[in-house]
Amino acid sequence: MAITGFFTDSTLCIGCKACEVACKEWNGVPDDGFRWSGHSYDNTLALGHSTWRHVKFVERAPEIGRGGNAPQGMTWEFSSDVCKHCEHAGCLEACPTGAIVRTEFGSVYVQPDICNGCGYCVVTCPFGVIDREPEDGRAFKCTFCYDRQKGGLQPACATACPTGSILFGDLEQLERYADDRIARLHAWGMTDARIWNPKDTSVGRTHAFFLVRGDARDYNLPEKPEVPTVLLKKAWSAAAVGAAAIAFAALLAFRKR
Amino acid sequence: MSNYSDVPLLKKPVWTWEVPLYFFVGGAAGAAAMIGVAAQFGGADRKLVRDARWIAAGGAVVATPLLIADLGRPERFLNMLRVFKLQSPMSVGAWTLAAFGGASTIAIVSDVAAVASAAAGLVMATYTGVLLGATAIPVWKEHAAILPIHFGASALATAASLLELLGHDDKALARLASAAAATETAIGVQIEARGGTDVTTRIGGMFSGPLPLILRLVGSPKTRKAAAASALLGSLITRVAWVEAGKASAERSRA
Repeated sequence: MAITGFFTDSTLCIGCKACEVACKEWNGVPDDGFRWSGHSYDNTLALGHSTWRHVKFVERAPEIGRGGNAPQGMTWEFSSDVCKHCEHAGCLEACPTGAIVRTEFGSVYVQPDICNGCGYCVVTCPFGVIDREPEDGRAFKCTFCYDRQKGGLQPACATACPTGSILFGDLEQLERYADDRIARLHAWGMTDARIWNPKDTSVGRTHAFFLVRGDARDYNLPEKPEVPTVLLKKAWSAAAVGAAAIAFAALLAFRKR
Repeated sequence: MSNYSDVPLLKKPVWTWEVPLYFFVGGAAGAAAMIGVAAQFGGADRKLVRDARWIAAGGAVVATPLLIADLGRPERFLNMLRVFKLQSPMSVGAWTLAAFGGASTIAIVSDVAAVASAAAGLVMATYTGVLLGATAIPVWKEHAAILPIHFGASALATAASLLELLGHDDKALARLASAAAATETAIGVQIEARGGTDVTTRIGGMFSGPLPLILRLVGSPKTRKAAAASALLGSLITRVAWVEAGKASAERSRA
């Protein structure tokens, strides 16, 4: 089976949120509350247990001194966010029940019939994607439309996207396409276009990667994400020191007088 | 600057009061099991050995439902024992609790089980620091090398103090509690030197470290009891404070 991926190109996104709707429709995801955020055209703000695709409306304020009408002034970008399906996934490594597994497509999938809602994946995801649904009690996130992929279909969001901003396909082909796309955009003068894919970090290559403009952090994409398992050695070493110290102190304190 | 610069990057821990209380009870029970074995080897009062074992077994009995109650699907708690994953501190913890619960219960009547219970107890006392440390939450992971020792010292102080408050006037318990308070003071200084955390962890630190240490240095029976009570309170506040600090830290997290 081919290793698949999502390539989301924010320069093609028109912010229509068809991906969000298609995702909810196909997967039967409940509403995420009807709140007014005051953040641009975005009342959802982030991915969560009931938001598996999320369109960001990245408004960047004009730089002071540029003049309000300058083309380099205010910018308004749209970008559809999704679970990154990390090569080294914090949630999958931390899951104590084995509910979170790697599929034959390379994606990270939560088996809803196994998850017992311990909440450990929530604190081990470096991107704040997975969350526990308070009423249901289990953790939820993007399934990469595992069911649709099993049936030879592409994920609902990619199918619904009207502009080709969300591309789905063979991961390596997508990566090559993304490099071409960047080269073309740069040739056209959009020199701040860049690919966000944390290949060089402990998270590794992600199965969902993005084309963004300027600072990726403006899209809430961290520059140097870290999979928490890299901290295990340090933390368990400290635990070993602590445990040895307790044992030693106790034996010493009670030694035969 | 974009409008996402004030939207948190990370999700807040979903854990409620049961989890820090579990850290407190499970840690104390684990350290008590170790004290029980050490007291037995050292030929201490037989009643002290028995009480330490009862604290270990009782703690395991109280700790388990706390952990189950915090699950989103408590009826599926046995799924914790579906797999064993070394790379998941939660999985290691679940198996340790199962082993500790069994061994500490049998230890009421068996010396061999008491040794097994002490071994599992040492993990019980420290692994919760790994559980918090090996996460994406900034304030927890920044203290990944400190929290296991911090929680371990706190567990030791709790177990020794509890036995003292039960009326065991053994010098060894006082020495252990003093050593734990000194360690807690040193850890508090270290955390402050690294930039500190928030008010509640500091309050917990005061009750666990400097306050019982000073009271123990005074050394009268009355101040010893006060020191024991202070250590118990400090240990409980510490666990609650660190879980809450994680929630605040997630809220402050930015890309």
